[in-house]
Amino acid sequence: MRRKLSVMTLALGAMVVSAAAYAIPPTAEILSYACAGCHGTSGASAGPSMPSLAGQNKAFFVDAMKKFKSGERTGTVMARLAKGYSDEQIVAMADFFAKQKRASQTTEIDPALVAQGKVVYDNACKRCHLESGKEFEEDTPVVAGQWLKYLQIQMGEFRDGKRKISDKKAEKVKSLTAADWEAAAHFYASQK
Amino acid sequence: MTMERRNFLKLLGAGAGAATLGLAGCATTNKAGARKVVVVGGGYGGTIAAKYIRMQDPTLEVTLIERNDHFISCPFSNLYIGGLMPDLSSLTIKYDQLATNHGIKVVQAEVTAIDAKAHVVKTSKGDFPYEKCVVSPGIDFRTNEIKGYDPEIMPHAWKAGPQTVLLRKQLEAMKPGGTVILSIPLAPFRCPPGPYERTSMIAMYLKQNKPGSKIIVLDANPDIVSKKGLFLKGWKKHYEGIIDYRPAKKVTEVDNKNMSVLVEGIEEIKGDVINIIPPQKAGAIAHTAGLVGADGKWCPVRSFDFESRNHPDIHVIGDSSIAGAMPKSGYSANSEAKVCATNIVAMMNGRKMTEMSAINTCYSYLSAKEAVSVTGVYRVNASTQAIEAVPGSVGVSADLSETEAMYAESWIRNILHEMST
Repeated sequence: MRRKLSVMTLALGAMVVSAAAYAIPPTAEILSYACAGCHGTSGASAGPSMPSLAGQNKAFFVDAMKKFKSGERTGTVMARLAKGYSDEQIVAMADFFAKQKRASQTTEIDPALVAQGKVVYDNACKRCHLESGKEFEEDTPVVAGQWLKYLQIQMGEFRDGKRKISDKKAEKVKSLTAADWEAAAHFYASQK
Repeated sequence: MTMERRNFLKLLGAGAGAATLGLAGCATTNKAGARKVVVVGGGYGGTIAAKYIRMQDPTLEVTLIERNDHFISCPFSNLYIGGLMPDLSSLTIKYDQLATNHGIKVVQAEVTAIDAKAHVVKTSKGDFPYEKCVVSPGIDFRTNEIKGYDPEIMPHAWKAGPQTVLLRKQLEAMKPGGTVILSIPLAPFRCPPGPYERTSMIAMYLKQNKPGSKIIVLDANPDIVSKKGLFLKGWKKHYEGIIDYRPAKKVTEVDNKNMSVLVEGIEEIKGDVINIIPPQKAGAIAHTAGLVGADGKWCPVRSFDFESRNHPDIHVIGDSSIAGAMPKSGYSANSEAKVCATNIVAMMNGRKMTEMSAINTCYSYLSAKEAVSVTGVYRVNASTQAIEAVPGSVGVSADLSETEAMYAESWIRNILHEMST
């Protein structure tokens, strides 16, 4: 095979040709497969503190990655990994994960907290996190069926001011207590 | 796309297709192997290669050959040694779900040879012809470089399993006030931060269970190889007076009766428990199959599909391969396997290959609750064709972190789940 290639190369003149010349730039698939070691195959996470990316809102994914990349959103590994991708590659990955079937978890959930969370949801969340968090508008994330642990971490960061709350969200959630946040986490985690 | 490549493709015209055909066309020297892929090794690389080939083309027949009926993860096994896990069960996977979910034929057998010319993998359970072969055998040890080395007396515990259990039992049996010796080989070796995580976990165990004990770390390298600042910070914070780190100390000989090691054949150091991590090389089958390069240790591969530089149609992934800037880690193997699988499927279907894009994410524990991470995104350099890190993507944690320990736990759950389902 190598002989064949080198003969062909000669035939084409002095052009330096490596086999990679036959390769196309990284596709959405090859970019996104690399994420699955932490976020699960096709973005369905099997780890309680790691979010599922399957079925995520494309606009939210792009926004989150760009914020990690610019440093606007602080993070651990994501703040570094996001810098490894061009804006076009981020869009390709967002598109890949948006097309995957949304995952749901079998986390242990407190039914009483789920009921409380439903009330919190109806009062403070449902205008943007549509259909119990399964749907989205604009750049809001799909939160239904995420791991309880992950939701607790992120909601804790909102509550403690570590993760910036968007203006439209701030108005709705500023009166929420720690118990409200916790109940909302249970509510979203319970969604199938 | 560079001007050069565009011109090239234009020149080829339909020839781009012809070239791809050429790549696929030469594959089948053995008709029995047509449309068959044989994967050697059921660890971090092999399981994922088999799975992602079948995910992308269920018409290909994929056989995964592994000598054991299970796999135990090296990542996280230091936590068991440190006493944070009761046993290795949470780090153990079986292959049945992977086989059923993806239609992979899993064969428990010892691979004895690979006939690259005939395209046949030879095993203790017969011959397996292939069109493409993926070899992911992990590491083996250059034990001849340590005179007298016997892993039953001075375990390496660098392949998870009985060796890991042996090291923990030796630590448990040690008298308080004892000395542990940990010997680290010259890089490159499997899991660059691994020996320093082990140092931390053993120190934690000693602090809690064996008062007055210490660990002497004899590092053949001139300095800590990975996450240096974070390890030093963690050691100062938690294990002051317990860890005695000594750089540039290469162990060349051991005395099993006296329980001592010799540094550069001169300086003798005695220990009650001695953990020798020997210098390493590609897994044995990579040597048998002639996949190792001029260094006699590791396997040179083409950067974007991990095809062996020595034999066409054999791809080497994971610790055994020379993957440019990518470290020898479990996550690297996982990520390399996907790149390799994608391009094997492309070639076997006469499609163009895709340039590689891969990730490494690797956590190390410093204490029961704190971990640190290192990350990197990798690509092929357009002019050199070497695998390089994308600038800005490589970096380590700012500090020891309980949050990162929480993420680390999900890391291991996700990656083992991905390998076993």
